Amino acid sequence: MIDEKCKVIEHRELGSGYRFISFDAPKIAEGAIPGQFVHVRVPALETSALRRPFSIFNAEGGRLELLYKTIGRGTAAFNAVKPGDIVSVLGPLGHGFPLKCNGAALLVGGGFGVAPLYFLARRLLARALGTSAAKPHESTSEAKAPIVKLFVGGRTKNDLLALDRFEALGVEVHAATNDGSFGTNGLVTDPLDDELIRIKTAGEKFELFACGPDPMLKAVALRATGTKSKGWISMDRHMVCGVGACYACIQKTVRGNSRCCIEGPVFAAEDLVW
Amino acid sequence: MVNVKVNLGGLEMPTFLATASGTFGYGFEYVGAVDYSKLGAVTAKGIRVEPWPGNEIPRHAEVPGGLVNAIGLQGTGVEHFLKYTVPWYRQQVKGVPLIANIWGASVEGYAEVAAKMGDAVDAVEMNVSCPNVKAGGHTFGQDPKVLAEVVSAVRKATKLPLIVKLAPNVPSIVPYVKACEDAGADALSMINTIPAMVIDIEKRVPVLANVTGGLSGRGIHPAAVKLVHDAHKATKLPILAMGGVYEPKDAIEFFLAGATAVAVGTATFSNPGVVAEVYDGVVAYCERHGFASVSDLTGALA
Repeated sequence: MIDEKCKVIEHRELGSGYRFISFDAPKIAEGAIPGQFVHVRVPALETSALRRPFSIFNAEGGRLELLYKTIGRGTAAFNAVKPGDIVSVLGPLGHGFPLKCNGAALLVGGGFGVAPLYFLARRLLARALGTSAAKPHESTSEAKAPIVKLFVGGRTKNDLLALDRFEALGVEVHAATNDGSFGTNGLVTDPLDDELIRIKTAGEKFELFACGPDPMLKAVALRATGTKSKGWISMDRHMVCGVGACYACIQKTVRGNSRCCIEGPVFAAEDLVW
Repeated sequence: MVNVKVNLGGLEMPTFLATASGTFGYGFEYVGAVDYSKLGAVTAKGIRVEPWPGNEIPRHAEVPGGLVNAIGLQGTGVEHFLKYTVPWYRQQVKGVPLIANIWGASVEGYAEVAAKMGDAVDAVEMNVSCPNVKAGGHTFGQDPKVLAEVVSAVRKATKLPLIVKLAPNVPSIVPYVKACEDAGADALSMINTIPAMVIDIEKRVPVLANVTGGLSGRGIHPAAVKLVHDAHKATKLPILAMGGVYEPKDAIEFFLAGATAVAVGTATFSNPGVVAEVYDGVVAYCERHGFASVSDLTGALA
């Protein structure tokens, strides 16, 4: 963990309130693990009491990339950050996803919850290929590549983010929208359940990796709990310190009141208490 | 070279700067982000005899000028603290004294946790802003007689430097200062958070699950300076001052009002660099104003 002064490289609107920002952050990027987050001191809010936490969307070649939605005062102020600005970023923080997967990796994301899943997909594929970056098209041993599938849900097609980046990795994408404007008309668990039926019928192994709104996370966690398949759930609780010092961001687990920022944000599905 | 060492009621602090309880975990969480060489003490999160789960969430609300929290003193209990937390702290953080912050639901509870600390830590700080379960839930720190009773009991239970952390929400701080002095306290720390409440007007419910909490941060600083000034006029006990220290100026105000040492708290959440910034700024101030020692600043109002 380091408090790194990072230069903003790129910051752009993706539509519907979603934004992409990248930093020159060599120290944080080097040690980052998918599922970890960074705690950003929003420049326009410097007299404010708190930083704002963001999942790591990607960390590669000294760059740190974030994907976020403008939802409150902090993220609204964050919109004003411009390329060239220096921002204090604390990270990488928390426990991320495991990078070993027994069987197919089924990634389940809701809205901007896909952010850590892209970094995860890239690392899962890179690990299997023995390369530092996932370049499946360069692989000579196609059979070794793990199966990584993304199940993504949103209210409308505008809430489905970065699908092109997943597809560029060779990840199979299954989408669902509440209004049917893209993919299945319904919830992300609809295409997920179809896949789970298929995979269980075939007797194949899988693990679930999820990030998104609480109801979606609970639905995914319950599909792993009590089975032989692991579920890895990235929780989001309002944070203060981000380093385990203040005990504000509590998530109930089988161990009691756990701190989301340091004992999570990724928890084993079986440990969560809903 | 400015002498940055201070003595807080028998606690030899390598520098004048500490961290406030509840804002710095058990001391090791900020390794990597905070310059520990500039700290004279770390105050750990509150510990009582038994483990305690704390409050439901939401436990905090950000407000202009500060933070309202009702964490509820979640902690693992004194046995776990001594067996795991203190050794881990000593391994991770070298040369920075550790102050254990203690609390209880009864006079006996305070004495027991203080006794169990033995000499594993370097000083004990009492949080007296807790309800006295045996006395109908009235807080220990809001009745000078009860305060004297609990401080005396802890005094008998420990030989460590004993610091009492005073509650700010009293009509006059003086009777409480005197009570601590008479009961054998070695130092005072002040201020604890100011009772506060935040309401979500759309939902028409309190933001905090606990309904009320304590206000900390920038906004409370002038109130804290005033209370330190009042206390210093009333006693010779050294004071560890805290409340809204965000920049060197805030710490210097505390020294001039009568503090012997100063702690950063809520500021660390937004800026772990505050430790180095405040330390460097206070030293630079001493150089600029010809103070050979930070301790010469104590009560040095012109």
